[in-house]
Amino acid sequence: MTNDEVAPARAVVAGHGLFAEGMIRAVAQITGRSDMFIPISNATMSRDSLEAAMREHIAAGAVVIFTDLPAGSCTIAARKAMRGDDRVTLVTGVNLAGLLDFALHGDRSAAEAAQAAAEKARAAIAVIGGTP
Amino acid sequence: MSIELFRIDDRLIHGQVVVGWAQPLDVSFIVLVDDEVSQSDWEQELYRMGVPPTVDVHFDSVETASAKLPGYMADVRRGILLTGDIDTMRRLVEKSGIVSRCNLGGIHHRSGRNQRMRYVFLSTDEEQALRDMAAGGVEVTAQDVPAARAVPLDDVLQGGGGK
Repeated sequence: MTNDEVAPARAVVAGHGLFAEGMIRAVAQITGRSDMFIPISNATMSRDSLEAAMREHIAAGAVVIFTDLPAGSCTIAARKAMRGDDRVTLVTGVNLAGLLDFALHGDRSAAEAAQAAAEKARAAIAVIGGTP
Repeated sequence: MSIELFRIDDRLIHGQVVVGWAQPLDVSFIVLVDDEVSQSDWEQELYRMGVPPTVDVHFDSVETASAKLPGYMADVRRGILLTGDIDTMRRLVEKSGIVSRCNLGGIHHRSGRNQRMRYVFLSTDEEQALRDMAAGGVEVTAQDVPAARAVPLDDVLQGGGGK
């Protein structure tokens, strides 16, 4: 990396089961990049250990946290871990489209990248066909 | 009894409780018993955020929960009572004297605990507390989600519930 290049924002991806690992693998398969993401699975983790893991990654430089469910244990742990720390942004309910957007736009600030990823994730959900 | 589930789950209110249990049981209220959370408006708001607006959430200490438990159990609606650890449930059982069932839903790894099931890790003291509850007439089983088999305490302690 040269001095002119900006280090990509680091982000935690946290969720149930293999959600995080699967999402990060999917991003790597599509873009060839996934080094900005750190996976956390809530499997076998208590609320305290989840929160501690989040704090550890925030201390190590993670500035965005993506979680699967707005009301899940990962989101609750993230909100507790980032409380009072304005550098960190949380995006809940993330999907592959959102993570791809984040991975491909490392030149933005963390907050801008998180906001853009959330918009991309929201916009990617569509219902096609079917009879209401 | 309108408390359908007395559950020990160290994640308290989360997806498995709200989606996995509350929806199929058609739950209208959740009682979260935790001395610390009962004193924190911020944490209460955090946990309330995880529950649909149609479900009431009551935050209690062991002291207030044991006093209110007869009322909760007389409620015509269905409810779930949660504690985050075995000691809180044990104190509630002893203080109220009216808890007859207890579900081990998620007690995860921590230093000093041994794995008994995929989602149940227990210290020696916690095992004894569960044995004491069972000896006092409480039916203790482990079951993370409704579709799973309820594993009796003896099987849990022998590691027979599957890891």
